[in-house]
Amino acid sequence: MSATGVAAPPATRAPRPEGRPEGRRVPTLLRHLGLAAVAASALLAVSYGLEPFRNFQLATVAAYLCATAGLTILTGLNGQLSLGHGALMAVGAYTVALTQDAFADRGRTGGGLLVVSLVAAVATSVAVGAVVGVAAARLRGPYLAGVTLAVAVVVPALTVTFDGVLNGEQGLPVPVAPPPAALGPYFPYERWQLWVAGSATLLCLVLLANLVRSRYGRTFRAVRDDEIAARLAGIHVARTQVLAFVVSAAGAGLGGALLAVLAQSVSPGAFSLTLSLFLLMAVVIGGLGRLAGALWGAALLVALPDLTHTLTDLLTLSPAAAQRLEGNLPLAIFGSTLVVVMIAAPGGVQGLLSRLARTLRDRWRAGRR
Amino acid sequence: MDRFVFLTLDGLSRGAVYAAFALALVLIWRAARIVNFAQGAMAVAAAYAAYSVSAATGSYWLGFVAALAVGLLLGAVVDVAVMRFVDHRSPLNPVIVALGLVLLIQAVLGMVYGNEFRPAAAPFSRSALTVGGLAVLSPYDVFVFAAVGTVGAALAWIFTRTAVGLRMRAAAFAPEVSRLLGVNVGGMLTLGWALASGVGALAGMLVIPTELGLHPHAMDLVFVSAFTAAVVGGLDSPPGAIVGGVGVGLLLSYVSGYAGGDLIPLAVLVLLLAVLLVRPGGLFAPVTARRV
Repeated sequence: MSATGVAAPPATRAPRPEGRPEGRRVPTLLRHLGLAAVAASALLAVSYGLEPFRNFQLATVAAYLCATAGLTILTGLNGQLSLGHGALMAVGAYTVALTQDAFADRGRTGGGLLVVSLVAAVATSVAVGAVVGVAAARLRGPYLAGVTLAVAVVVPALTVTFDGVLNGEQGLPVPVAPPPAALGPYFPYERWQLWVAGSATLLCLVLLANLVRSRYGRTFRAVRDDEIAARLAGIHVARTQVLAFVVSAAGAGLGGALLAVLAQSVSPGAFSLTLSLFLLMAVVIGGLGRLAGALWGAALLVALPDLTHTLTDLLTLSPAAAQRLEGNLPLAIFGSTLVVVMIAAPGGVQGLLSRLARTLRDRWRAGRR
Repeated sequence: MDRFVFLTLDGLSRGAVYAAFALALVLIWRAARIVNFAQGAMAVAAAYAAYSVSAATGSYWLGFVAALAVGLLLGAVVDVAVMRFVDHRSPLNPVIVALGLVLLIQAVLGMVYGNEFRPAAAPFSRSALTVGGLAVLSPYDVFVFAAVGTVGAALAWIFTRTAVGLRMRAAAFAPEVSRLLGVNVGGMLTLGWALASGVGALAGMLVIPTELGLHPHAMDLVFVSAFTAAVVGGLDSPPGAIVGGVGVGLLLSYVSGYAGGDLIPLAVLVLLLAVLLVRPGGLFAPVTARRV
């Protein structure tokens, strides 16, 4: 897995994800901002074209995308496995709930406060991520997986331990201000949700994409590919690993916070071990080591339950059987897909796509000559 | 003092189960250098099989035997059908595949049996006997000790006294040489998986009646505790797994008795982190030269 396509030798002209010819290279930041602007206007157009429920689903994809992008950086680029990112999402979600509740208690409302809460959520998950990351930097392979698995199991259980603040299994409400009055009285709430989640996610992605292409991104990959060589090259390995963990924790925290804002409530059930495993599935199936893979993964996380719902509706089942199937079929599909992908196509969806694109381009070039 | 004695004995009984489960993890680690993160889910699957058999026949013991048989079979199937095809060059790959199996097994169990808790029967009374006014072990605790002791002794006998055990150790220690000497290395690996998974199924059968009951996620926290036990022992040493299991059992019993049952998950996490940060090789690891 460590030999993902990102680290292809330069002699063979490693295909860039954007597939842009080498001659007219635009500065990275500008290119990413341009892509973000294109994505933003596409999202704006889509938000008017889709029915409210689809807008909500797209907003959920955006929320998951923050977390899967963060996990892609950690696992795909830095080679650290984390099974605890669902727990880090819970940290972000509960922070948003607590700060929004605190604002509401003091009678303050307004859109600007949400930004404050989101920043607080990112800051808290960064702090938690730093603590876990310092431990993670000293651990390898199965040990790291074991610790992060423990984090994933333990953090939701803490909501019961600190019943007084976090309200146990019931969870907390997340009061969110309505869309600004300037948008008119009949502005669909789901469209507003998509705008909020979409803009936060795009900002997050631009920052992450820049990080991947920067000096830090290169040190991440160097540590993943060969720790000893990286150390010889003067890279501080432990510091790099902690940084990767902190960055990915920030992504997870923002994703969890957005999820809480979308659902307008948080409860430990939403951030179980299964969510952590789902996130890992999503990045592996999407394609480790590529941010674009995170998008496929996030889309899968939202689309698959919906698809199985449609499927179980088509079958004529007793309500109890349908309910059992609906809850568990996505899990079964995810689990078996994960096993098959890991064995047959470790590059994931994005790996297959870029292999296809490379083949097509080579053929087109050969035809032109 | 009474309370301390009771908590100690309860911790020992709890620890015996963790020890058995940790032993299963250590067996696979020694044979294949894989930490089987699907161990818990596989044990739950075996326990559900026991539930079905017991419900159909009305006998706890037929179900018990069925659980062990399903455990053995499941271990062999996982090795032959899945793990053999995984690229082992990165240690992440088997972990990720095992997690895929966790999702798959839990989902299938949820589809067949539903996601609600089912009561799990215990073959003996779980209320403690009193000796001279002091609450000591329950008959079920005695059964747990006997079962884990028997399995531990049987494994020790297999590995140290039989030809198959010698071949299994050889295949794990030096696969190439063993193959040249005519040992069926793949077969020994499968046997190791089957044995480990059978021991895991036994641990599941013993622990599930003492928890909330049968549920696809019943073993999640037990797995984390047992992993901690195995890490305390060093992942590589069966006696270490047993000592680690008993230690973790005692600690969790004291924590839940003196500080509250809610804190058990947190205590496990703190212990795991402490052990890994202070002595990553476990308490029983020989001191090795530092690799550069």
